[in-house]
Amino acid sequence: MSKTQKAIFAGTVLLIYPTDYNFPNEIQASMDNQTLYHKLFLIRCFEETVLDNFPKGVFPGTTHTYIGQEANAVGVLSHISPDDIVFSNHRGHGHFLAYGGDPHLLFAELMGKASGVCGGRGGSQHLHWKNFYSNGIQGGIVPIATGMALAEKRKGSGAIGIAFLGDGTLGEGVIYEAFNLASKWKAPILYVLENNRIAQTTPIDMSLAGSITARFSAFEIPYCELDTSDVLVISPTAKKWMDYVRDTESPAALILHTYRFAPHSKGDDTRPADYLAQIRAQFDPIQIHGARLNPDERMTIENMVRDQIQNAFMDALNDPLPKVATT
Amino acid sequence: MITVLESLNRALKQALFDDPQALLIGEDILDPYGGAFKVTQGISTLFPDRVLTSPISEAGIVGIASGMAMRGLHPIVEIMFGDFIPLIADQLINHLAKFRWMYNDQVRVPLVIRTPMGGYRGYGPTHSQTLEKIFLGIPGIKVVAVNSFSDPGKLLYDAILSEEDPILFIEHKLLYPLSLFDESVNRDFDRTLLPGNPSYPTYRLTLLGAPDPQLTFIAYGYMAELASQTMLKLAYEEEIFCELIVPTQLAPFEITPLMDFIRQTKHLMTIEEGTRTMGWGAEILSQIMERTNNSAIRATRIAAKDHPIPASPALENDTLPGLRDIITAVHAILNHS
Repeated sequence: MSKTQKAIFAGTVLLIYPTDYNFPNEIQASMDNQTLYHKLFLIRCFEETVLDNFPKGVFPGTTHTYIGQEANAVGVLSHISPDDIVFSNHRGHGHFLAYGGDPHLLFAELMGKASGVCGGRGGSQHLHWKNFYSNGIQGGIVPIATGMALAEKRKGSGAIGIAFLGDGTLGEGVIYEAFNLASKWKAPILYVLENNRIAQTTPIDMSLAGSITARFSAFEIPYCELDTSDVLVISPTAKKWMDYVRDTESPAALILHTYRFAPHSKGDDTRPADYLAQIRAQFDPIQIHGARLNPDERMTIENMVRDQIQNAFMDALNDPLPKVATT
Repeated sequence: MITVLESLNRALKQALFDDPQALLIGEDILDPYGGAFKVTQGISTLFPDRVLTSPISEAGIVGIASGMAMRGLHPIVEIMFGDFIPLIADQLINHLAKFRWMYNDQVRVPLVIRTPMGGYRGYGPTHSQTLEKIFLGIPGIKVVAVNSFSDPGKLLYDAILSEEDPILFIEHKLLYPLSLFDESVNRDFDRTLLPGNPSYPTYRLTLLGAPDPQLTFIAYGYMAELASQTMLKLAYEEEIFCELIVPTQLAPFEITPLMDFIRQTKHLMTIEEGTRTMGWGAEILSQIMERTNNSAIRATRIAAKDHPIPASPALENDTLPGLRDIITAVHAILNHS
């Protein structure tokens, strides 16, 4: 990349940035600490409720929870404009809730209820609400999100696309077609790559050759790489790069190294218990950010969220199933 | 008189002229080359901002186009050879065909994917196939095939301007140079439109001045052309009279308008260029069997042999349906009665 430089900050931020673009020096998180904590804890509480209730037969099918990665969705999506497009993946509950989706309607969708965001047709992995979309196939969403961003650019709406993908999806070929096209056709999209270091049960060391960043620099897509679970690091950095995408009407990538504390799905975690305990102790975004709040206000928020999630869950449970057409 | 190729080319130009949201995406479609089969010739000169030549990334461009379609544009994608549609299968099946339904009717994907299909040109195993059967019966994908008896340009124009859902639009390569059916000069066929959606017409062809037909051919695309030639030959040389039903919409398929004709002739032959096993003809015959309690109806299928298409013309002709195959099958089915 001729027009870029590589810089390393504070051991947590690696980035390649275009030298002809002036990034502002200081960007604040867009929300106050309490609001950010509310969102983080909401996702955690939602996902724990899902896992707790799966064995009771409340939810059909399967699910993939976001526990441990909450700061990514909250940090990135706290900056979106209403017209911006978010395309999420199989592990999308956290993205949906951080986007502003209603936990009641998400529970209902997971339960297959008529009131669900997609009337029960989609389930956990297939959500659409406002400008939020998700699909359960790895990789295929990346060209689609890129096309959406290109459409908004053609329409002159000013909206950008944000596509979430994981490290496992780096194995899918179609994403590289999309990166190439995004770079050539200058799609205003931010690819948010959440590297939770494991794809289902396969650690990244066993599946990924070369580096993640080289996959973007090969296509001259500038990127920023963070290795943190701190929402106060992710949020301003995401803001900076979303502004970059919006201003330049061209793609960028935000690589977020993260940890998934829970199983890929339900009860299918092959990692050692002491490893899981260690990453949870060290990298929990809830604990990291929660420590910034005074204990009383933290407890108030947590109680409020617990009530909210409990009510949402009960409301969804009491909602009717979809009507089946009789012929 | 214009050819199928000219008709499609004019339709694309008219669609881009009439619909500011329409745009073309495909490989090598810019002038002066104008696309591998020249369907897009001249369009990038007229609309330079709305013709995007792409890298060799079939899945990528179909994905991008479906994203564009979901956000208000009307993209038309050209896949250079129909043999390349397996490359877009995941996009078609797991993404754009599902979005409207699985998002509970909250989105639309008005996307037309055009592709030239078919053999008889010695292009060998990977540039000669008829693969649309893979996508027949996938909920959410409408599969349409042009022929020279229905106006191909109107078919394409309506698909671009009037459709809300994805369409796989099949153009047989051998149809491109053929002239469109023109009632004012035609002296062989009587053509009637069957009931159904006029945007995707099904025509019935009978021989002018002939007695009632003894057998019903059902064929689409270039096979309809082959069937019509067979009809003439059988009539002039053997006084065997057939009728031909030519649908343009292959999936979803509505069998009802065809049933009266089949009940009349009681002899039925489907003709397809795709491989025989698990094919289009099998589905047509199944639907007919489900609607008739009449065991007097005799039916058979003409299709390609179940192996890859060889490059050698002698071997290719043996693999794909030919006029002789149809005539032999007609004799067999009529003599058994």
